[in-house]
Amino acid sequence: MATLTDQRKTESSWLTGWREHIRITRAGVFGLLSLFLGALLLLRVAPTYDPTLITTLTFEGQIPDLRFFAVGFMNAVGVIYVLGGLFALIPIEHRLLHSLKLIWLGINLALFVPTVLVITAIGTSTNMLETLTSGFRLATPIVIGALAGIWCERSGVVNIAIEGMMLTGACLGFITVFLLAPYLQSQQAQFLGVLIATLMGGVMALLHAWLSITFRTDQIVSGTVINILALGLTSFLRDEILLAAPGGEGGVSTGTLPILAIPILSDLPLIGPSLFTGQPIFLMMFVLVIGTHVILYYTRWGLRTRAVGENPKAADTLGINVIRNRYINVIIGGLLAGFAGAWFSLEATSSFDNGMTGGLGFIALAAMIFGKWTPLGATIGGLLFGFSQAFRTRFQILEVPIPEEFIQMIPYIVTMIVLAGLVGKATAPKADGVPYKKE
Amino acid sequence: MADTPVVLEVRGLTKRFPGVLANDHIDLKLCKGEVLGLLGENGAGKSTLMNLIYGLYKPDEGEILINGESVVIHDPNDAIRRGIGMVHQHFQLVPVLTVTENIMLGNETVRGLGFLNQRAAKKRILELANQYGLTVNPDALVQDLPVGVQQRVEILKALYRKAEILILDEPTAVLTPQEIEGLFNIIDTLTARGVSIIFISHKLKEVLRICDRVTVLRLGKVVGDADPKQSTQESLASMMVGRSVLLRVDKPPAQPRESVLKVEGLNLTDDRGVQVVKDFALEVFAGEILGIAGVQGNGQTELIEAITGLRATESGTILLDGKNITGVTPRLVTQAGVAHVPEDRQKNGMVSSFLIKDNMRLQSYYRAPYAMGILSNDAVINETAEKWTQAYDVRPANIFNSMGALSGGNQQKAVIAREFSRDQIRLLIVAQPTRGLDVGSIEFIHKQIVRLRDEGTAVLLVSTELDEILSLSDRIAVMYAGRVIDTMPADQANRESIGLLMAGVKREDPAPEPLGVSTHG
Repeated sequence: MATLTDQRKTESSWLTGWREHIRITRAGVFGLLSLFLGALLLLRVAPTYDPTLITTLTFEGQIPDLRFFAVGFMNAVGVIYVLGGLFALIPIEHRLLHSLKLIWLGINLALFVPTVLVITAIGTSTNMLETLTSGFRLATPIVIGALAGIWCERSGVVNIAIEGMMLTGACLGFITVFLLAPYLQSQQAQFLGVLIATLMGGVMALLHAWLSITFRTDQIVSGTVINILALGLTSFLRDEILLAAPGGEGGVSTGTLPILAIPILSDLPLIGPSLFTGQPIFLMMFVLVIGTHVILYYTRWGLRTRAVGENPKAADTLGINVIRNRYINVIIGGLLAGFAGAWFSLEATSSFDNGMTGGLGFIALAAMIFGKWTPLGATIGGLLFGFSQAFRTRFQILEVPIPEEFIQMIPYIVTMIVLAGLVGKATAPKADGVPYKKE
Repeated sequence: MADTPVVLEVRGLTKRFPGVLANDHIDLKLCKGEVLGLLGENGAGKSTLMNLIYGLYKPDEGEILINGESVVIHDPNDAIRRGIGMVHQHFQLVPVLTVTENIMLGNETVRGLGFLNQRAAKKRILELANQYGLTVNPDALVQDLPVGVQQRVEILKALYRKAEILILDEPTAVLTPQEIEGLFNIIDTLTARGVSIIFISHKLKEVLRICDRVTVLRLGKVVGDADPKQSTQESLASMMVGRSVLLRVDKPPAQPRESVLKVEGLNLTDDRGVQVVKDFALEVFAGEILGIAGVQGNGQTELIEAITGLRATESGTILLDGKNITGVTPRLVTQAGVAHVPEDRQKNGMVSSFLIKDNMRLQSYYRAPYAMGILSNDAVINETAEKWTQAYDVRPANIFNSMGALSGGNQQKAVIAREFSRDQIRLLIVAQPTRGLDVGSIEFIHKQIVRLRDEGTAVLLVSTELDEILSLSDRIAVMYAGRVIDTMPADQANRESIGLLMAGVKREDPAPEPLGVSTHG
């Protein structure tokens, strides 16, 4: 016993020995990474190119083209990286200094993608408006999915079933259009399709609510069940209805949802075509974000929802019906997820494939956590993922000499960096995932 | 008092739970503007009675009259509508919301379409706050407020709903002595303005100080009323327990011997990485009880976790009998002779789904005589468990019951039985040893702590109950903001001096004596 303790003592004093001199911090780790990348850029990458080469970013005449001396740009970014890295390694603990460190590292992270773009498009020009526009488009299901998560989780019900709810919405929305197209005008069919998609998301959410609120099933289990159910159900329906129909899946084609332009706003340069012209689900995203924010923070329902998600018992003693509140919020979340599902099969494409949501429901969950369960934060998270997908496409066009698999990893790597490093510890609503039982 | 109208009356109220008669034909009267003390041991039925009045339970028999009118209270909403407000022992607040949001929650002022009208709510809150002397900043987040202010928010919540009958469930349990005085002033203001109060407590001193009348419950029945002016703590205690109780701890002076626990330069952070224990030093000697007083959340919990090996230290050393136990595993700490009754016993002291007998060998299951090689020795285990549970009067006395089936008080007794009975204890760490226990059990447990001390164990007692610290300790260390702010022999301490230290007010060093006036010392 004594020897063991003594041995431990030497071990721990050795441990505390170097721990006393060096403290591993988040800023420190990312500072080192930034320093390394900056040095790589300055010493290894920039010298290999001809310094007279120019990269041109075009915006289809919306605003004047941006032209960079590529090597100069690389050197500038390299210097910013190195300085930012050194700055983050300053061993002084101070609140203000700490936030400055994180801001600088955030700028470095934001500079990463444009820099790669400038390097890959060296000596040529590339269309940025298209990337910008597709970034917003691709963010749509992620942002709306994240809002779906916020409605659920703010009331205290963990929802990992966004993926399944989206998939169900995507499938049944498309089937509706597929079946109704012969009888209705295509716009009417599409409208009903979006409506059915939304409602079916709500039905799946009702199942989630029933399992996890009424029966107090573990919410992760209930969510998983719904994801698996949705996968099986939709592929069954696809086989039985879509593929079995005469002429197969392509038998009826109604096209994707129409493109709308918001008067006046859509005439603005740059943001007019990228933000204020688009298909209905994309445009609704902005309404839903603002609506969720307003309801959550400025209305009675929102206040009660936040209270129920944090301390359901307190809400109960004040006469608030916790069970009802949770049911309604979970169903609203499901409706949103179903609506986001329609984006896949009716807005982005006009078809349904097995598993076509491709894990974006989980990315939406990551965006929600990135935004610390707030609608505005989650929107920023969703846009981040949308844009990293858009840049992936751009890199593929530019034939970046990196295996495509690596490029496809970008959004997921961004997810991990963001979750591990930049947002720090995200705090969920306190009662999130805890079933409520009245005493 | 005879002329004042009765605002609340309870007649023959009965509530049965499976196997238990929690409330047995209770009769109770509350007059306008009075403070009625409701006194009783754990499980006497106080909480059940209040939950019946507040609409959380439904009575099996009997009726409730408010202002002379018989009413049926279906749920808290009903109770609130009829002017009953309740301040729960564990505050029912939402920490991340503001004071205003907490107070208006469930009773929101809105302008069309459900939009909150925070300004109107804030105005009413400030009016009420002024009227009743409940100072509070309506824009502060509740999580940033000290406990005493959180309690004010709870009271404001009830007043905001126009409560005329206020039920305070163990309101002083979490407060410092100064905050308790503040609460009593508030109670005086409230009653002067016609609010009637039911004050639930098992702290006899406070009941005598603030109540106009006392009703005592025992085993679900009203055993009688008492007039605080003609009662003593002893008389109330014997009414409560049904036999005479020794309230003072009867103990010979301590015989401190060698140093057992020595902590030096200890720095600790809590789960969020905030430093909660700073440059902490402490020494406990064999044969003495060192009491650590302090308001909850001043680093006591983390300190105990560090000593018992449950929390990593930032820096500093912890020596037990001269051996360094800093950063070793909890098992080694246990083997070195440390017994530990954790603060949150249900969570950290037991496995509720295990049988009682298995809970009794949690730290020693792998050793002889409880284990023979890889097998466990059931005969010894059962015999030991029987012995310990009987010695500590754990009821029902069946070691094959699961721990979770015991009542809270009996779970605590079982954990205490195990920790106090393990052999070769050098250091006993007891956190809140009597929290939630009734007077009879407290008396017994205090006796056991003194017995262990006299056998040469060093005892580190952490308690937020000032009376417990004062009556049990030989030396008192007051912890504030992660440090020991002062240490003194128990016989030189009193409620006031310790209370001030607990609030962080350090005694000024005595001013230099004026010339010509000499004192001994």
